[in-house]
Amino acid sequence: MSIRLYDIAHARAGDKGNTSNISVTAYNDAGWQVIHRELTTERVLAHFRHLGAGPVRRYELPQLRALNFVIENALGGGVTRSLAIDPHGKSLSALMLTIDLPGHNEGAAAP
Amino acid sequence: MAPTKIRIGCGAGFSDDRIPPGVEIVERGDLDYLAMECLAERTIARETLDRAKDPTKGYTPVLLERMEAIMPPALKRGIKIVTNMGAANPMGAANILRKHAPDWGCPDYRCAVVRGDEVTDIMRAHPELALMEDGAPLESLLPRMASANAYLGADVVAQGFATGADLVITGRVADPALFLGPMLHAFGWSYDDYAKLANGTLAGHLLECSGQLTGGCFADPGKKEVEDLAGLGYPLADVWADGRVEISKTPGSGGRLDVATCTEQLLYEMHDPTAYITPDCVLDASGVSFRQLAKDRVALDGARGKPRTATYKVVVGYFDGYMGSGEMGFAGVNAVARAKLGIEVVKERLRRRGLTYSEMRIDLIGMNSLHANDAALAPEPYEVRLRIAARTTDKKAAEAVGAEVRSLHMQGPTGAGGGVNFGARQILAVKSVLIPREWVRPEIVMERAA
Repeated sequence: MSIRLYDIAHARAGDKGNTSNISVTAYNDAGWQVIHRELTTERVLAHFRHLGAGPVRRYELPQLRALNFVIENALGGGVTRSLAIDPHGKSLSALMLTIDLPGHNEGAAAP
Repeated sequence: MAPTKIRIGCGAGFSDDRIPPGVEIVERGDLDYLAMECLAERTIARETLDRAKDPTKGYTPVLLERMEAIMPPALKRGIKIVTNMGAANPMGAANILRKHAPDWGCPDYRCAVVRGDEVTDIMRAHPELALMEDGAPLESLLPRMASANAYLGADVVAQGFATGADLVITGRVADPALFLGPMLHAFGWSYDDYAKLANGTLAGHLLECSGQLTGGCFADPGKKEVEDLAGLGYPLADVWADGRVEISKTPGSGGRLDVATCTEQLLYEMHDPTAYITPDCVLDASGVSFRQLAKDRVALDGARGKPRTATYKVVVGYFDGYMGSGEMGFAGVNAVARAKLGIEVVKERLRRRGLTYSEMRIDLIGMNSLHANDAALAPEPYEVRLRIAARTTDKKAAEAVGAEVRSLHMQGPTGAGGGVNFGARQILAVKSVLIPREWVRPEIVMERAA
């Protein structure tokens, strides 16, 4: 069984130079348990490696049920130089949420 | 007598931000101060080039349009304004406003100008400085340097208001400092009072992107709803002299302000939450939490502060060649194959013209343009747009990219439609260095009617 990150968390992406940071916030405590346990830097790196990205650092804010991922080299050379159609990488939050994690349906949020 | 509470609103969060919500927060927000943040990392480089062509220019291009809408209702209500729309020429901004403001019904106001963020001379004198991005010496960029500006702190904004100014115009100032400045001025907070500096900096960080705190960049239909997103209101902060902060938004406006929107914006463009470095303090946001007090009203808790660093961050803008790009659309049966043929044709035509590029990016919009995923794994869409973008030091080669893409209309695969040639644009890139604070000499200058 797997659970899609989209179903248990929301995300926002920001940029600084050639580094993207993407926060991932669980909708509830059960979802926080899942992302805290399963959404590792290795999984995130595997999902972003095709962009030439890495390394990845992870910061935890349990009181907000949030993780902050800092993903270096994810923005095609940086906002000001990138040839990408989305140089800020604002859309990368949605790429993050396509990650599948091991788990059952715990943490899924009712709309 | 010093106030016990002030209310600061955000009137703009980027240079081309929407003006109507800024007017709305002035008219309905019951504000004491309005801050408008309008400088991205590289825009000041563009404005520095404008000033080189015309010494009266170099301020944010939208300055007059925005201020014509904002200044009359703000000054009428006694709301004090701070903005970094001075960009590369704060005094030029002040002068042009003085020329137009009487026509807007604003004949009398006091304007203070912050100068001294520009440090190009200091950069030229210190080629040995190491770039923060890669450790290389600054020297390598100097021949191509377009601009260099230090991120000043809230102290200069407070000094601007201390002159009795109704309007403070700055160049490069750290974004949260535009909000912390009014607090320092109103309450006389000291740079030793880390708890208050942390709360004020946190408030500024949350507010500085305008609608991103109040439901912008958030809605996902059926999943994360935002009420009246079209009528999104801008955020405001109630700040008490003891450092307490509550945030809200324009009464009666659309949007959403709650723990979820605050959490997303807290971490926006933040790396290590224990060390968010600003010129005013090092904010430790790792223990921050949000309390929903009422609908669209949230209290901030748990910010901690550490002393400001001994350095200022300087962003250096430099020329980095040209980028050319173009797009063309295909739809119906075999659309993707025709788009791929179009790509090969453009690449071959550029090659036969002897044009070379240091980097080329190919996208199939509708399949892989945003996430650079493997197009072979994406479902075939009914329609697709090819996009080609390329980097080069030769402006003519850059211009050729979009021109060759657009000519696919007539000389490409069948059924090519909706082409766009985006032309060539000069790339202004940025890198950063740190310099000792004492090298920078900010000054407050009063602008006066000519």
